Amino acid sequence: MPTSLVQPEFKVHIDYDKCHKCGRCVQQCGWNVYSFAERPVPEDAKCRACHRCVTYCPAHCITIKKHELAMRENAAWPSALRQGVWRQAETGGVMLTGMGNDQPYLSIFDHLVLDACQVTNPSIDPLREPMELRTHFGRKPDNVQVESDGEGGFRLAEGTSTERTIALSTPIIFSPMSYGSVSLNVHRSLAMAAERCGILMNTGEGGLHADLYPYADHVIVQVASGRFGVDPEYLNRGAAVEIKIGQGAKPGIGGHLPGEKIDQAVSETRMIPQGTDAISPAPHHDIYSIEDLRQLIYAIKEATGYKPVGVKIAAVHNVAAIASGIVRAGADYVYLDGFRGGTGAAPKIIRDHVGIPIEIALAVVDQRLREEGIRNHASIVAAGAIRSSADLAKAIALGADVVAIGSAALMALGCHLCQGCHTGSCSWGLTTQKPELTRRLDPEWGAERLSNLVGAWSHELQEILGALGVNAVESLRGSRDRLRAIGLDEQTCAILGVKPAGL
Amino acid sequence: MAVAAHDSKPIEGYLPIDPPVTVDGERVTIDARGVYYRTLNEAVRRSVTGGATEVVLENVNGQRYIGTGVPGAGVRIVVRGTAGQDTAMFMDGPTVEVFGNAQDGVGNTMNAGRVVVHGDAGDVLGYGMRGGTVLIKGDVGYRVGIHMKAYERQVPVMVCGGKARDFFGEYMAGGMLVLLGVDSRIDGPVVGAHTGTGMHGGVIYVRGEVEPWRCGAEVGVSAADDQDMARLVPVLEEYCAAFGADIEAISASSFTKLAPVSHRPYGRLYTYL
Repeated sequence: MPTSLVQPEFKVHIDYDKCHKCGRCVQQCGWNVYSFAERPVPEDAKCRACHRCVTYCPAHCITIKKHELAMRENAAWPSALRQGVWRQAETGGVMLTGMGNDQPYLSIFDHLVLDACQVTNPSIDPLREPMELRTHFGRKPDNVQVESDGEGGFRLAEGTSTERTIALSTPIIFSPMSYGSVSLNVHRSLAMAAERCGILMNTGEGGLHADLYPYADHVIVQVASGRFGVDPEYLNRGAAVEIKIGQGAKPGIGGHLPGEKIDQAVSETRMIPQGTDAISPAPHHDIYSIEDLRQLIYAIKEATGYKPVGVKIAAVHNVAAIASGIVRAGADYVYLDGFRGGTGAAPKIIRDHVGIPIEIALAVVDQRLREEGIRNHASIVAAGAIRSSADLAKAIALGADVVAIGSAALMALGCHLCQGCHTGSCSWGLTTQKPELTRRLDPEWGAERLSNLVGAWSHELQEILGALGVNAVESLRGSRDRLRAIGLDEQTCAILGVKPAGL
Repeated sequence: MAVAAHDSKPIEGYLPIDPPVTVDGERVTIDARGVYYRTLNEAVRRSVTGGATEVVLENVNGQRYIGTGVPGAGVRIVVRGTAGQDTAMFMDGPTVEVFGNAQDGVGNTMNAGRVVVHGDAGDVLGYGMRGGTVLIKGDVGYRVGIHMKAYERQVPVMVCGGKARDFFGEYMAGGMLVLLGVDSRIDGPVVGAHTGTGMHGGVIYVRGEVEPWRCGAEVGVSAADDQDMARLVPVLEEYCAAFGADIEAISASSFTKLAPVSHRPYGRLYTYL
């Protein structure tokens, strides 16, 4: 009987006339595609098209192509579904994959367009005029009270200023990616870039490695259901604390960091023994209600002298009511992760079929919090495939205070979206703990590229704001009138609070 | 930290007033009657940073987070009354002794220290607890000891003298969980269903027999042997010393040991794409 019915997805082609026979591809591939017998010989089935070998081949002689075997056309049975059946018939396992939902659902961002000033109101040139991107992250006061400072001047009364918020230089933060799922050099890159850009990185649920302590003012520390690495010192180091309830890639699902990724350093940071699975239960077992969530929020505040505490949830059907409960429970921010959000490992069926788009979740949450008069009580973070500054601007117009980027940040560090994070063999040295792979990322190089990306998006956001004729990102926030829809149905437009183009 | 203006409205029926505090050298007594938890805990922390080594809280009636954010391993907090939700949550060193019952979440995500409850306690005790000791004299509720873990020299211990409900020791990853069934007002089995489900570390000892059907598929059930008893007896002695129980009577019965069959319970669950 055949060992497998699953055929390779890619074909590795080497132009041997050009090949130097140097073996660089053998050395670079984390998936062990190449063996060497006088010249490199590829095993197509192992290739994930991550282009590490292509990038590093000095002779530029490697090409990766789709392995296009003709199959009888059947619209009901695309190739991926047939392969899934064969694979599961072989193994009996749950299909595990990495990165975000890759299915061709409608992308709402791609059906929204922004406004610009013409004739009747002037646009602004951000190269020559001030353009404010500074964003105060966290709870804002209900009203402003001014009192005398006793020296003939005035000041904001205590509790009515923005003293408890975190000032970000630009409305972009890095999304949580745990040390364990990504390498320490990824964490170092993110932390250094966060400091340089005046923004925040997020530990994810794997604890805070000692190397990141100098950057702790730019770090959100996360508390997830496994409570890995959570002690009073950890909670107090961060600029803010985040309770992770859910993740866009796997709403309602816990996490299993496999034992082989728990080496000495990961073990120290998570405070668990080496080699055992790090299991995060699906729910926090001390949170079965909004009241319980409030209890945890205030436990963290009691333990930290009342630092900002945020709550991250996956965007699901009743997200508006849930977010309202979260804000009423005392959260300083609500982090909404749409169904295209990335992951280090998730069951493919969950990743591709559970949750709702961030655009919808964001619009309904912002609307609900406004209607209830509590929008100022918490910032909204939008995440789940923010792919460009256009998505950033549209998210802010739909009501986000800040966007979080994870997949884009990893791509800045070399990620090619090959979806192999869960294997622990990332050739780019990002989602792995193998020392021979993790040393491929120089944190200084990584921090520079991340800073470049954040800087470039910020400049583009300033250009967009200038074209809109406003001089601060605050003026775009929740300003849905500056958006128009193209090709969205009436009901979706109503939910988004956006008119169709032409109206 | 000062309470900011927008938080200073009456909350849940309490006015944010400072409680009456009596200082007697390093011993401080605080009357908790009618005091909001936040001001009570501020008063405790202020006393400790001011040099108190023993803080006695009188008339406690469900105030939360007692012991949370209190620095110092040499500090003893005495609670008279009912300790509220999440007592000793995130606690890192002090001792909390409750003369009364405790609500849910005692020792939640606790790192170090000691909690002694001279009564019953509620649900979700010791969730994600990494270190220290929790001793409950009587019965406990559901989901007790979920995801207890251990790291190097930090090995948490929890002893419950009465009976426990369902999901005892679920997802347990480390430490020791002991259930005696001797000081109980529950008419029923010593432990509920789904005991140790998803367990992948640590050990549970239950006095007497546990029917295997009460345990998760990840649990191996066996009789505690001499080696187990060598580990267990010092813990039983600690329980007996705390509550004046009879060690002879408690250790007269056999114990059942529940231990994980694998440290990788879900290692074979997946097919990698």
